[in-house]
Parts: sequence; C-alpha cells; structure tokens
Amino acid sequence: MSTHAHTSHAPAGHGHGHGHGHVDHHDDGHAHGTFRSYMFGFVLSVILTAIPFWLVMTGTLDNTQTALAIMALAAVQIVVHMIYFLHMNGRVEGGWSMLAMIFTIIVVVICLAGSLWVMYHLNTNMMPMPDPRQLP
Amino acid sequence: MHAIFGRLSLEAFPYHEPIVVATFVAVVLGGAALVAALTYFKLWGYLWKEWFTTVDHKRIGIMYMVLGLVMLLRGFADAVMMRLQQAMAFGGSEGYLNAHHYDQVFTAHGVIMIFFVAMPFVTGLMNYVVPLQIGARDVSFPFLNNFSFWMTVGGAVLVMISLFVGEFAQTGWLAYPPLSGLEASPATGVDYYIWALQVAGVGTTLSGINLVCTIIKMRAPGMTMMKMPVFTWTSLCTNVLIVASFPILTAALVLLSLDRYVGTNFFTNTLGGNPMMYVNLIWIWGHPEVYILILPCFGIFSEVTSTFSGKKLFGYTSMVYATVVITILSYLVWLHHFFTMGSGASVNSFFGITTMIISIPTGAKIFNWLFTMYRGRIRFELPMMWTVAFMLTFVIGGMTGVLLAVPPADFVLHNSLFLIAHFHNVIIGGVLFGLFAGIYYWFPKAFGFRLDPFWGKVSFWCWVIGFWVAFTPLYVLGLMGVTRRLRVFEDPSLQPWFIVAAIGAALIAAGIGAFLLQIAVSVWKRHELRDVTGDPWDGRTLEWATSSPPPDYNFAFTPVIHDNDAWWDMKKRGYTRPMGGFKAIHMPSNTGTGVILAGLSVAFGFAMIWYIWWLAALSFIGILVVAIGHTFNYHRDFHIPADEVVQTENDRTRLLSGRV
Repeated sequence: MSTHAHTSHAPAGHGHGHGHGHVDHHDDGHAHGTFRSYMFGFVLSVILTAIPFWLVMTGTLDNTQTALAIMALAAVQIVVHMIYFLHMNGRVEGGWSMLAMIFTIIVVVICLAGSLWVMYHLNTNMMPMPDPRQLP
Repeated sequence: MHAIFGRLSLEAFPYHEPIVVATFVAVVLGGAALVAALTYFKLWGYLWKEWFTTVDHKRIGIMYMVLGLVMLLRGFADAVMMRLQQAMAFGGSEGYLNAHHYDQVFTAHGVIMIFFVAMPFVTGLMNYVVPLQIGARDVSFPFLNNFSFWMTVGGAVLVMISLFVGEFAQTGWLAYPPLSGLEASPATGVDYYIWALQVAGVGTTLSGINLVCTIIKMRAPGMTMMKMPVFTWTSLCTNVLIVASFPILTAALVLLSLDRYVGTNFFTNTLGGNPMMYVNLIWIWGHPEVYILILPCFGIFSEVTSTFSGKKLFGYTSMVYATVVITILSYLVWLHHFFTMGSGASVNSFFGITTMIISIPTGAKIFNWLFTMYRGRIRFELPMMWTVAFMLTFVIGGMTGVLLAVPPADFVLHNSLFLIAHFHNVIIGGVLFGLFAGIYYWFPKAFGFRLDPFWGKVSFWCWVIGFWVAFTPLYVLGLMGVTRRLRVFEDPSLQPWFIVAAIGAALIAAGIGAFLLQIAVSVWKRHELRDVTGDPWDGRTLEWATSSPPPDYNFAFTPVIHDNDAWWDMKKRGYTRPMGGFKAIHMPSNTGTGVILAGLSVAFGFAMIWYIWWLAALSFIGILVVAIGHTFNYHRDFHIPADEVVQTENDRTRLLSGRV
C-alpha cells in the first residue's frame, strides 16, 4: 500500500515500474537491527521474564513487593522491546516515532493516574451500595 | 426457531406504535421511489463503479457529507419530536409520546447528532480538503479510507434498523450503567447502541490513522510543519486525538458488552463492579471527542477569515500553539462532566481549574480572528457570515461553559436545561456553524459551481435566529431548575418557555429546508453559478491552485511550497500553469472490498444484538476471509496515461482562456 503514498511525493509521472512487486527498499530512515543486537535484546527479555517467574515460584519477596517488582520489570521489558525489536530512537522517521511515543506516554499517564486518583476519591466518598440481593 | 432467529420474533416489530408505523411506511415509500428512480435511470452501475468502490479521497469526502446530511434529517426529526412533546405535555396532558418512545428519541438524537452527523461532516471535510491543501494526490491508505467510510455507514445503518426492528437504547447518549446493564435494560436497545458505535468506531479510528499519516508523510516539498495551512494543522491535532481517544471508548464499550453478554461485573453494582468507572472511562474519551469536533471547525474559520479579509491570518504561530495546547489540555478536564458524582474538593477544584485554563487558548483564537478582520477588506459572503455568527454565538457558549466549570455552580446547574443550552450553544454555534462555513467555502471547489447566495442567506438567518429562539428559553428554564430529559411537566408557568423553544425549532427547520432548497436551486442554476477559475474566492491555500472540481490526480505536477499561504504566494509571484511535459500518473484502483467488509460487519452486529449466534459466527468468519483475501489482490494500481493528463490539462487551459 505504501507505494501509493509515495506516488504523490515524487515528481509527476513517477510510474516507471515502481510498486508492482511491493518490494520497497526505499530509504525512509528505518534503522535495521544486526544479529548481535537481536540476540542481545532476546537474552535481555528472557532474563527479564525469568526473574518474575523466579520471584513468584520461590516466594522470596512478600506479595506487595513481588507485584511491584513484576511491574517494574515489565516496564523495563517494554523499553527493551522498543529499542531492540522496534528499533526506536530519536532519529527514526525524522523524530516522529519518538514524538508519538512521548505523546502516548503523556496520555496514558494522564489517563491512568487521573483514573486512579478520581476513582480512589469516589470510592472513599461514596457510600458503598448494599448488595440488592442481600436486602430483605 | 430460537436457534435460527435468536430473540428476534414478530413482537420485535413495533407495529403497535402508530408513529413508528407511519414513519416506516414513509421510509419504505421514499426508499422504493429512490430505488425505482436509480433503476429507471440505470444509475446503479455508475454509483457502484464511480462512487461506492472509489478510493478517491474527494469522492469519499463527498459521500461522508451526504451521510451526514441524511443523518442530520433523522437527528433533527428526533429534536422536533422532543420540542413538540415538551411544549404539549402540561397540566395533566401526557403529550403524544409514551415514555418508552420518548426515552429512545432523546437517546437517538444525541447518538446520531454526535456520531453520525457531526463526525461524518468533520471527517468528510478533512478527507476532501487536507490532501488538496498539502499538495498530495490522495491519502496515505486509499483503500483504508473507503473501508473507514463504509464502516461509519454500517454504524448508521444499525441505528436506523433499530427504529423498525426492536428498539433503541433508552439510557441517554452515553448509556451509563447500571441503567444500561442487563438488569435494567434487558431488551436490545443498548445492544444496538454498543454495536452501532463499535462498527462506526473502527471506521473513525482507521480514518484518524490514515489522515495523521497523510499529513505527516505526504506534504508537498517545501511545506514544513510551520508552513502547513491552519486547517491542516487542526486536522492533524483532531486526528491525533481520534487515534488516542477512540480506543478508550472501544474498551469501555467492550467491558459493558462483556457485562451484558457473558455476565462479568465490571460496571454492575454487585460483586465488586463499579458503574462510576464507566462514567470515568467514557468521559476520558468524551471530552477529547468534543475537541475532535471543534478543532477542524476552528481551522475552517481561520481559512475563511483570512481569505475573506484578504489578509494573512493574524498570529499563525500562536494559532498553531493554541491548537496543540488544546490537544493536550483536552485530556485533563474530563471530570468536569461529573463534578457531582462525589469526588471531593481537591479533585473537583483541579478539574475546575484545568477547564478554565483550556478556555484561554480558545479565547486567543477568537482574538486572532478578530485581529485578522481588523483593517481587512472584508467580503461578507456566506462563509464569512457564518464565521461572524460563530464568533458572536460561540463566545456566549464559552462563557456559560466557564460558568459551569466552577464546581459549586455546577452543583446547582448540572443535569439541568442550562447544561443542554450550553452544549448546544457550543456544538451548534461552534461545530455546525463551522461546518456550514466550510460547506459554503469548499462547495465550489468540489462541484465547480457556487451555492445560490439568496437561499443561503435565508437558511443562514433562519438558523441563527432559530438557534437563539430555541435555546435562550432553555438557559432560563435551566436557571429555574428544570432538569433535562423530562417528558411531562407539572408547573404550567413553564409552558410558554417551551412553546418559544418549539418555535425556535420550527425556525431551524425552515433553515434546513432552505439549505436543501438552496442545493436544488444551485444545481438548477449551475451554469449561472459556474466557476471556471478554480479560485472563486481569491483563496490563499493550495486547494485553490487546481481546477474545480479537481482532476482525479489533484495536481499534474506536485507543487513546491515557499510560504504559509502557498497559493497566494504563487499568485503574487506570477505563477503560470505548466502547459506541457505531462507524464503518466500512478493511481490506486477502486475496490468493492470496503463495502463487502462493512456489510458483513452490519450482519455481525445485527446477529450479536439479536443473539443469532450462527449468523454472528458466519459473518465474523466472512470478515476474516474477505480481509485476508483482499491482501492477495494485486490489481491495486494503474496509471492515468500521459495523453489523458494532457487532455484534461488542455481542457482546463481552454476554460481559463475562454474567461480571460
């Protein structure tokens, strides 16, 4: 599909055999990983997956700490995937990927933090509803 | 029987409600006449080949506008029914609508006006104008564009089916649980609501992604971000908002449907469920949604003001920053829709203050438009008239909004007709007036002739005066404490206000009538109103550089941009059209896959609503098969031969020289 997009960028009549096989090797600023970087990312994510397993299986930490540790490792895991598998950095797509990323993080943080704050208040202030099935 | 038809039975058809039956008869007769006419004039093949399967952003844009107009008539019919009921139901009178019907009417009115009128109009204009303004030949993903449109139609079709098969939701336009839960609403109404919005939501989200891509990747050479026309900027921000917020609506509705279909307890009052969470989630989507609607209209006003004042837009940079700030801030105000749910002082004051802050960039925009007009050579053509009407109307709506942003005031006014008056004030006075300005402004570009100014002025005055006559009484009633969505009233002293409001609705009806008449008259007199220059308003942005209507390929050569107002700059520097050297142009091919996928989605939604499981499974598999099958379609592109381009461009040269 992307070939259509490129048509309009090019000077008029950009039709010489481009786009039929859809094997676009156009240079659009994509970073491509090496075998080394893929392996490095793979090993990192295996380790980051194994640690939570180990924490849960052995019960080294108490429940709250385990949950926090899993969430922290999950966040690191996301970053590892983005860097080694999605090839994210400040330069891809002329910086748009990074900008989109930052915007996404802002919106997600606003939604999650805001919802937690709002719902905490609502749950504290509002009377808990009695279960209608328990009523006489 | 149950295995075949699910819960669909003869009882589902509302043949015992005379109003619905009469409507049904009218729709069938009208539909039959339309089908007969299309068949008689042998138009089906033409419609299918040239319109339904098109991937041309211009035709898809026009189809969005037609969809919006059709649904406007439906949504407005609901509004008239409500106004009549409320004007009649006094002193023991029950009016003419029973509660079951009335509750569906106000729900359908809200859902249709937002999702199937305002959204298609806004998306249609963006679809039509944005690629032209940035000098592109189409959007990034032309097939996706066609698919998005038909999914939006699919949602609208489901809403329309609910009128005659089963019922629509009786919950208000956002379907708050526990009222929308299975216990309180066991019938199909809420299911129609859920599936209509989910099907249309796929279309909206994909079209958002498509336009973001288009604006970021397909601008003509030289058009840096800060040289983009303001309408393109506001479209970019709107589509970013769509991409970021519609998934929240989808998720909230998925959770609600899980509650209704498989007995989970996300939003029930029992077993740990929390209906307040639904309200929270739906408004995290809902507040950005109102900015999704208004931002492109701000863009339209910017283009119109600068064109009809014959001046560069005042404060382009501040306009762009204001738009971006609104985009972010629109995520920080959602709680003002439920101040009274019990969040407490700190939360309420935070969201009250953010709400007041968001009015600052909006106010800055108003001043920018005023300063653009200042010392300009203003031409009061129809688009400019709507813009001035907008500025006067919207400022009042904005001020009542800031009033409602004060939590203690909101405790008095929430859920009252004051709120209703406020949001109609900003949605009609902002979004709708903006859409009319846009329609009048770009109509000659799309069709090659102007809309008749006389009937346009009739429509304009009926709309603007009608709006104030219809909604000022609601402000007054709201301040007196009348709540929204009431069907009958006790206090006879309120009746005069409702009668005045009904008269206002009648004036608006005249405005809509004049608008339709205007289109008919303009088509009739199209030769007198013809514009051969492609630039009837002495425009400033790139869409006016090409012919009206533009050729399939928009621009024979991709223009190079040196200035904000690209076309103005080209005209000033004595631009001459290239007369030769045309080459074949690579274009995407039409495909019917979008129509088929959307049709299957409607079947799927209908099957889920009525618990017809075999049909649901079958249509879902059908969707997958067709979607995967389409990836093997290699006939996606073709070339417009150079001869044809030469032909088209020469025709235009002849037209232009015939005039000079």
